[in-house]
Amino acid sequence: MPQRTTTVFNKTGLHARPAATFAKMAGASGHAITIAKDGAAPIDASSILGLMGAGLSCGDAVTLTGDEGSESILDELVTMLESDLDAVSA
Amino acid sequence: MSVETSSATLTGIGVGRSCAVAPVAFVHAAPKAPANEAAPADVDATLSATQDAFDAVAASLQARADAASGNLAEVLQATALMASDISLHGDVKNRISAGTGPATAVTEAVAGFAAMFEAAGGYLAERVTDLNSVRDRVVARLLGADEPGLTLTERSIVAAEDLSPADTATLDLDLVAGIVTELGGPTGHTAIIAGQLGIPCLVRVTGILGVPEGSLVAVDAASGIVTIDPDAALQDAYAARAEAEAALAADTAPGATSDGHAIQLLANIGTPADAVRAVAAHAEGVGLFRTEVLFLDATEAPTAEGQAATYKEAIDALAGRKLVVRTIDAGADKPLAFATQTDEENPALGVRGFRLARTLPELIDTQVTALGTVADETVWAMAPMIATPSEARDFASRARAAGIGKVGVMVEVPAAALRAEAILNEVDFVSLGTNDLAQYTMATDRLRGELADLLSPWQPAVLELVRATAQAGLKLGKPVGVCGESASDPLMALVLTGLGITSLSMSPGALPAVRYAIRHHTQAQCEAIAQAVLSQDEAGPARDAALAKVDPDVREALGL
Repeated sequence: MPQRTTTVFNKTGLHARPAATFAKMAGASGHAITIAKDGAAPIDASSILGLMGAGLSCGDAVTLTGDEGSESILDELVTMLESDLDAVSA
Repeated sequence: MSVETSSATLTGIGVGRSCAVAPVAFVHAAPKAPANEAAPADVDATLSATQDAFDAVAASLQARADAASGNLAEVLQATALMASDISLHGDVKNRISAGTGPATAVTEAVAGFAAMFEAAGGYLAERVTDLNSVRDRVVARLLGADEPGLTLTERSIVAAEDLSPADTATLDLDLVAGIVTELGGPTGHTAIIAGQLGIPCLVRVTGILGVPEGSLVAVDAASGIVTIDPDAALQDAYAARAEAEAALAADTAPGATSDGHAIQLLANIGTPADAVRAVAAHAEGVGLFRTEVLFLDATEAPTAEGQAATYKEAIDALAGRKLVVRTIDAGADKPLAFATQTDEENPALGVRGFRLARTLPELIDTQVTALGTVADETVWAMAPMIATPSEARDFASRARAAGIGKVGVMVEVPAAALRAEAILNEVDFVSLGTNDLAQYTMATDRLRGELADLLSPWQPAVLELVRATAQAGLKLGKPVGVCGESASDPLMALVLTGLGITSLSMSPGALPAVRYAIRHHTQAQCEAIAQAVLSQDEAGPARDAALAKVDPDVREALGL
């Protein structure tokens, strides 16, 4: 299964708005994608509540795992995590 | 507010400074799940009815998000996503399948997520309001009740235990005179949105739900006080205050003294979105676009194309208004991730601002090239941390080669202020960064709180350098602006006008008060104020001297 590892860049972590952007993109892809903080159980990447509850903060190492054929969406999600999400829509 | 009143009062935390008087209207509590809700008779039918309720709530929230704009739209969008969240649906489904009634299942599942958010505290804890509004809407649908909300028929103070953004979105905002909640926090969405709408908002007001519906209440965000059945004197006082605030905000004419001497009133921005806000605040343009945000968060040097797109966005947002772009102001104190720099022992005095051209010339050249490709006649460019005329000449030739029409430099280093005429001979304009100018003039670190008195913008030595720079501009007929914090103080704005400054750039929120102060003085009065300030030896007496010469009505209106 395709997998990517990256670090959350956004200064305020994945709070409501960035989490919404991220969950929306993951959900719209139609692929089953999970995100796991280092050492924690994976959570559904399309769940805004799961993402917010996971408390992903700036600098956290995360692993994204997807199903068959999800490589390109994983890359897009990684790009999103590595960008300044607050600035994108601010 | 010092008006005596015999009426009953409640206190809370005010957001903003405005006040209002109107009858109170309550947003009624949403229906709750019945205490002993029966187990579902037909699990499959219940599951599908529950899913329908979630879908309907998500769709109605999404529709409201589409109809809203800005911050509110984003909040509603996130709330809609919560209503369609598969983790939440899964949790509810498990509970219903195990024999829990649907309204109870939704309530319990939401409580689980809410507990998690509350444990996290801070920002997440305040999102619990959004989550609970999803619960209330879904439960109302499951119980066959209307979605909770409030239909206003007259201008009212809206009161509730707590108001979710979704609740706020159902309100006819033209009829909302103010908002009072028993719960909530000053950084919650309702408070933020009330702030944007410019209506008074008070949170954590215990007892507001006990006030009889329709009672006249006076709310004052500045003092955090709610007065029930206010007397005539208090009503008049609040009305006068509201009128003064409205008058201040309604004046959107270009900045000028009462005798018609123009002082451009501009905004400081950091992003193209700020430019939109600057226009909304009736700024005549942007006097300082801090471009650092493009660089400081970047992991590699931003491309010319990427930068050009950002500049273009700001230019378009300003629709023909002036845009002064400051080239990158980074250095050892504001490090760049993509360019390794040696640690400096004294970063404020090191390789920062335009001095980066010595170590990373391509950074400056890429930036002016990017700006040059999209610049029209509204675009001015300036470089920070210039000390000598040759540095000014170097920047001017790079920027002009890139096709930028108006080039200038910041005056933040005393050397540049002292030799302002020589600097101005090289460029079209200068802009004073009063914060750094004070730091360098007074040899005082901006981060040392215990030395704050030395950094006062009222230090006569700093103002002497402002005067010297302004006079050089007047002599050569070139604009000299101020884009530091000084410009946002209405009293200081009068002094700067009197010293011969031609534009003031500040945070958009400061514009109305500065505009008002300048509008109510002649140029000669401003000059007299500046003269009085420069005749003092210390910062405190310098400010007192200015205040003594200000029009008493302006002093009263602005609370100076």
